[in-house]
Amino acid sequence: MTALLYILLAIVIAVAIWQVASILKLKSVIATEKDNNIQGILFAVFGVFFYGLMIFSFVKYSALLLPDAASLEGERYDTLYMVTMVLILVVQAITQFLLFYFAFKYRGVKGTKALFYADSHKLELIWTVIPAVVLAGMVLYGLSVWIDVMDSSDAENPLIVEVYAKQFQWEARYAGKDNELGLANVRNIKGINTMGVDMSDKNALDDIPVRELHLPKGRKVIFKFRSQDVLHSAYMPHFRAQMNCVPGMVTQFAFTPSMTTEEMRLNEKTIAKVDNINEIRAEKGEDPYEFDYLLLCNKICGASHYNMQMKIVVEEEAQFNSWLNSQKTMAQVVQ
Amino acid sequence: MSDHHHKETFVTKYIFSTDHKMISKQYLVTGIFMGIIGVFMSMLFRLQIAWPERSFSIIEAFLGHHQDGGVMSPDIYLALVTIHGTIMVFFVLTAGLSGTFSNLLIPLQIGARDMASGFLNMVSYWLFFLSSLLMVISLFIEAGPASAGWTIYPPLSALPQAIPGSGLGMTLWLVSMAIFIASSLLGALNYIVTVLNLRTVGMKMTRLPLTIWAFFITAIIGVVSFPVLLSAALLLIFDRSFGTSFYLSDIFIQGEVLHYQGGSPVLFEHLFWFLGHPEVYIVLLPALGITSEIISTNSRKPIFGYRAMIGSIIAIAFLSTIVWGHHMFVSGMNPFLGSVFTFTTLLIAIPSAVKAFNYITTLWKGNLQMNPAMLFSIGLVSTFISGGLTGLVLGDSALDINVHDTYFVVAHFHLVMGVSAIYGMFAGVYHWFPKMYGKMMNKTLGYWHFWLTAVAAYGVFFPMHFIGLAGLPRRYYSNTAFPLFDDVADVNIVITLFAILGGSAQIIFLANFFISIYKGKKAEQNPWRSNTLEWTTPVEHIHGNWPGEIPAVQRWAYDYSKPGYEEDFVCQTTPLKEGEEES
Ligand code: HEM
Ligand SMILES: [Cu+2]
Ligand SMILES: [Cu+2]
Repeated sequence: MTALLYILLAIVIAVAIWQVASILKLKSVIATEKDNNIQGILFAVFGVFFYGLMIFSFVKYSALLLPDAASLEGERYDTLYMVTMVLILVVQAITQFLLFYFAFKYRGVKGTKALFYADSHKLELIWTVIPAVVLAGMVLYGLSVWIDVMDSSDAENPLIVEVYAKQFQWEARYAGKDNELGLANVRNIKGINTMGVDMSDKNALDDIPVRELHLPKGRKVIFKFRSQDVLHSAYMPHFRAQMNCVPGMVTQFAFTPSMTTEEMRLNEKTIAKVDNINEIRAEKGEDPYEFDYLLLCNKICGASHYNMQMKIVVEEEAQFNSWLNSQKTMAQVVQ
Repeated sequence: MSDHHHKETFVTKYIFSTDHKMISKQYLVTGIFMGIIGVFMSMLFRLQIAWPERSFSIIEAFLGHHQDGGVMSPDIYLALVTIHGTIMVFFVLTAGLSGTFSNLLIPLQIGARDMASGFLNMVSYWLFFLSSLLMVISLFIEAGPASAGWTIYPPLSALPQAIPGSGLGMTLWLVSMAIFIASSLLGALNYIVTVLNLRTVGMKMTRLPLTIWAFFITAIIGVVSFPVLLSAALLLIFDRSFGTSFYLSDIFIQGEVLHYQGGSPVLFEHLFWFLGHPEVYIVLLPALGITSEIISTNSRKPIFGYRAMIGSIIAIAFLSTIVWGHHMFVSGMNPFLGSVFTFTTLLIAIPSAVKAFNYITTLWKGNLQMNPAMLFSIGLVSTFISGGLTGLVLGDSALDINVHDTYFVVAHFHLVMGVSAIYGMFAGVYHWFPKMYGKMMNKTLGYWHFWLTAVAAYGVFFPMHFIGLAGLPRRYYSNTAFPLFDDVADVNIVITLFAILGGSAQIIFLANFFISIYKGKKAEQNPWRSNTLEWTTPVEHIHGNWPGEIPAVQRWAYDYSKPGYEEDFVCQTTPLKEGEEES
């Protein structure tokens, strides 16, 4: 593939030079019947290239896609995504075919005339109403998922976690026994209290600051996001989750993890993807990679934006609880 | 109008010209020059993405102290992306495209001697020139140019502590853009007034070519939305320089709490996208207008659904001002607002779909003349559909969650606005070059240019969808920090190679363009056998456009292959025959 493109590139440059040299002699400027013919055929060829590229990409690159969603909300997301994608591909396949086919079929012939066809209210009505109906369906379906994902007011006993962003690092804080986060403001940042937790707030004492995110499977997690400097975005692609972190404001997102890290490592698609990655790594002489959920930054935030990540571990509730209990509370940390 | 006899000096003719035809050429050449810079930048940062650790002598040669041994720094990577985006969107596709063709075609196609105010038109160009100059100068300052993305979200864009480009570089960016906005407002007001007041006898609004409708509505969108960007920029300047807190609050950076309190970056996002979304239509509508004209002329067929096309331009313009929130679904904005914006966004898909269907129907049973302009127009319809369809994913708030700010977005907007509008611009240049320079461009080079560009454009942007769906965020200097993304490295190499192919193909265009100006074949008066008024003016430019009276218009612009006529075109100045119906 690579070599082919290099060759293509060399051809372009050669052609460019040759053509530019001959332009002084070539005075052909308006398409003749022969041009119409050749270019029309080229559109047909291009149509084939285009479908080829689409099919090639789908076959070859599908392996790159994210594995199955690891949250309940993410599963709904994936279904909505599939439905939309099928719709898009059908429309794409039909319209592009018509476009290239017409460009080929109706390439100009000398001495013929085009059809004088300026208007058809019926046709226009059809292709206004059909998209309108289909889109109305999409809106309703999309919004039902959106509201489902964004509204977590009726969650029972959710876990509250604060995710805290700064150039170029993530931190997190669990709400502790009272399941209520203590107040915080950047003006309280001092020494080891890196998130600016307000230690005079009694809700804050049992909060648990961490550098690695652990989540229990099957329990709704409500994330509260803060940033201490510029915009960041907490992107957790495996859970189909994302929310910006905005200085001066607390933003929120929620999902229910549905697969532990272990389970995800055993997922068929994950295994295929990881094997593929490890083959590539082996070629470069790098250590093998083991799958982990990740939180990455997805809003330009400065020089090391490209390397701002935190590991996420999803485990069974019991394991999660024992991990959480082994962490120090704010009160213990700040002392 | 008899004042076109005064003597012209070199300066008044070529530099401080008030003639719309000359101003149009000035816009075009400046736009092409900026385009060279913008595309070249994309080549440089694509090298870094494809081969993150490799040293390139071209990077060493161009990036001065922003590189080390031929490897660019993360800061300059972000700066290149930022300036690339800014230049392509504003300088090439707003000023370069709209400025060129609105100026050239509005007076010529409506039958006017010049713009309503030639003087303001000249001022508008020179402000654009000045802003281009400032943007280019900002590339050479010590700390590097603005690097917070073309969307310049604060606080990143407000704090030099956060990224070095937010110092003097950002100041220059803001000043340059403020001047740019002034320029485009002057231009837009001129276009609006000209279209409303200076149409020739018989040129009813319902007889205007679709090019003019597109430029006219585009100008209105510009007047409505650009001032909002100006105020956003002004408030940002206040926050940066005078200590106000419109956008900033509770910031701790480099060991220090800043004084800002009570502002919100989300406010900036609202203001920015109130322009930012209409901006994509400011870029796109003129390209669609040009395409309508070219597809109809070269199909030798009336544009299908003329009135529906006008209706959809107006609908798109109106809706484009109430969809901006689709860029902010995960900004922390109230989710209910997200629902509203999903609704309005999917609404805008309807007029867009109508336009696409109408183009395809125009080709049906046509007699297609495959001139280079026609190829680019057909190409535009293709990329407009490919890019537009993925808008259904991004416009759906639920689906946007997981692809927002990934390469999926980069693929989407490049196809629907970047490539489509660039194709429109190329189509326009090939089609109206004879009108601008009195010469013809070479068609063989045009064909090579189109096919290489078309293959490269899809080669670059189609695979990008997949790496986006793999979860790869945009604006990453390198993907090596994540083993998770090791499997997209190969795709990135393919993309970069296609990008180099596409970039190189533009050399063919540049050669064709500049050589044809001097050595091109002399143009006939109406080379494409077109109906519109611009082809009734003499090939040699004269001040005032028509030597005698301005011709009166008798019919709409799309009587191609009309039954009852010998020729397959009927100029707008030809009176209707007895009993003939106007379409
Ligand atoms: C040679 C052709 C081009 C190539 C290879 C190219 C490539 C790219 C890539 C890869 C990015 C994303 C970088 C990132 O997010 O990390 C980008 C950004 C961008 N490009 Fe292009 N591009 C090209 C032409 C255009 C055109 C014609 C436009 C006109 C609209 C355009 C507008 C933009 C914008 C607005 C951005 C976003 C900048 C930002 O993130 O702040 N590009 N380009
Ligand atoms: Cu970041
Ligand atoms: Cu938008």
